[in-house]
Amino acid sequence: MRPLLCTIAVAIVFALASPAVLRAQDDATERELEKYRQMLKGDPWSNPGLLDVDRGEGLWKERRGPKNVSLEQCDLGKGPGKVEGAFAELPRYFKDADRVMDVEARLVWCIEKLQGFDRAAIIKRPYSKANQAGTELEALATFVAHKSNGLKFAPRLEHTKERKALALGETLFFRRQGPMDFSCSTCHADSGKRIRLQSLPFLGKPEEARKVIGEWPAYRVSQGTVMTFQHRIADCYWQMRLPLIDYGSDVTVALTMFLVNQAKGGEITAPQIKR
Amino acid sequence: MRISVFKVALALGLSLVAGPNFLGAEGHAQTVDDAIKGSWTRSAPDWQARLVQDETQKVCSQYRNAPPKQVADAIIARERATIQYPPDGKLMGDWKKGARLAQSGYGGRFTDYPPRQENGGNCYACHQLDKKELSFGTLGPSLQEYGKNRRYAEAEIKAVYDRIYNPQAEIPCGNMPRMGANKFLTIEQIKDLVAYVMSPESPVNN
Repeated sequence: MRPLLCTIAVAIVFALASPAVLRAQDDATERELEKYRQMLKGDPWSNPGLLDVDRGEGLWKERRGPKNVSLEQCDLGKGPGKVEGAFAELPRYFKDADRVMDVEARLVWCIEKLQGFDRAAIIKRPYSKANQAGTELEALATFVAHKSNGLKFAPRLEHTKERKALALGETLFFRRQGPMDFSCSTCHADSGKRIRLQSLPFLGKPEEARKVIGEWPAYRVSQGTVMTFQHRIADCYWQMRLPLIDYGSDVTVALTMFLVNQAKGGEITAPQIKR
Repeated sequence: MRISVFKVALALGLSLVAGPNFLGAEGHAQTVDDAIKGSWTRSAPDWQARLVQDETQKVCSQYRNAPPKQVADAIIARERATIQYPPDGKLMGDWKKGARLAQSGYGGRFTDYPPRQENGGNCYACHQLDKKELSFGTLGPSLQEYGKNRRYAEAEIKAVYDRIYNPQAEIPCGNMPRMGANKFLTIEQIKDLVAYVMSPESPVNN
């Protein structure tokens, strides 16, 4: 696994350094990544993202915070402490919070309400930087997602607020704003398009959404760390020249609801390996 | 009676699957505004202003970039009026500067402040231009040999200037940013990009 990871890393560095060979290198990077993904199927333990799954599980079970309790009583939607399969049905409406939450918003809720941590402190630095260990939230989210590995997205749309979140997410996907006039659909509303050499999934098309949405949280080889879906969306808004969006906000949750619905029936493979 | 109950149920069912419409357009618009206000709570007011749509962004979002003719005509008229020209009327600058601007994706992101360099046009993110540059995107059409293919005609030079300054004056609700109208690029920078695309010496045409 190590040599292959190195090959991918070298291919990426090479691609950044030398425009003339970029395209060939980029194809090579994609091929190596695909080889790596295939290998993970035979040997799942060679996935570096599993380090965060392990760490997340440790954090889930550890007594922490002012109240000195673990997260094992956290209700992710399928009852207190039930982690298996919970991610496949998120985002969903939670009565105690009276709002729709994705995995990350729910984790923040549990850390605050069960363990007694200060909410502002929890969400102060939710994302790791390149080559840093994942943050606690990243590790926990990766752990919870991994516990739905092999299942298919099965979003519920029973509660009015769940349906409202879906409608909101769909509108937001097409909403143009900012100095570049961008919306999500600027880049993700057609098949086979690229920014520079980076391929873009057509997220309006269920077949393409099903392939990619279940990959998150993902281990990014170029960053050497896991990236969650909140972070993925925040990065898109950053590129759209908009301000930093709040962690676990209604907008990110609604977009997640829309995308998970687009990906309905797609398999969860988190943490998948990404560029 | 039976039929009317069925009809009501059907109408309800339909309105539920019809997405945004089930709240009524106004209720939904309010929901969107509230969600946006509540989701960017930690940014400065000048940054939050970026989330407020102008009329063109509003209608393009509403019609998902396929506006009906009347709306499209209104966009064209409104956007055409924004285009400003250099006082001396010269629309071509320095293609070498244009080449650098076409490569640069710098500018406008919150990590780009305070500015460390000028904003870039980021043309290669979406367009093919110089055939030696293999790292190009495909969201926009290839512009390789664009000037050459148009015999460097005067009218085409103006068309390229307009297209960069405000593409929606020609293609209402198109994907390309309104670089000049949105003050992302200056008139001088746009002139340099026009030269990059339209100058016979530019690698784009060789």
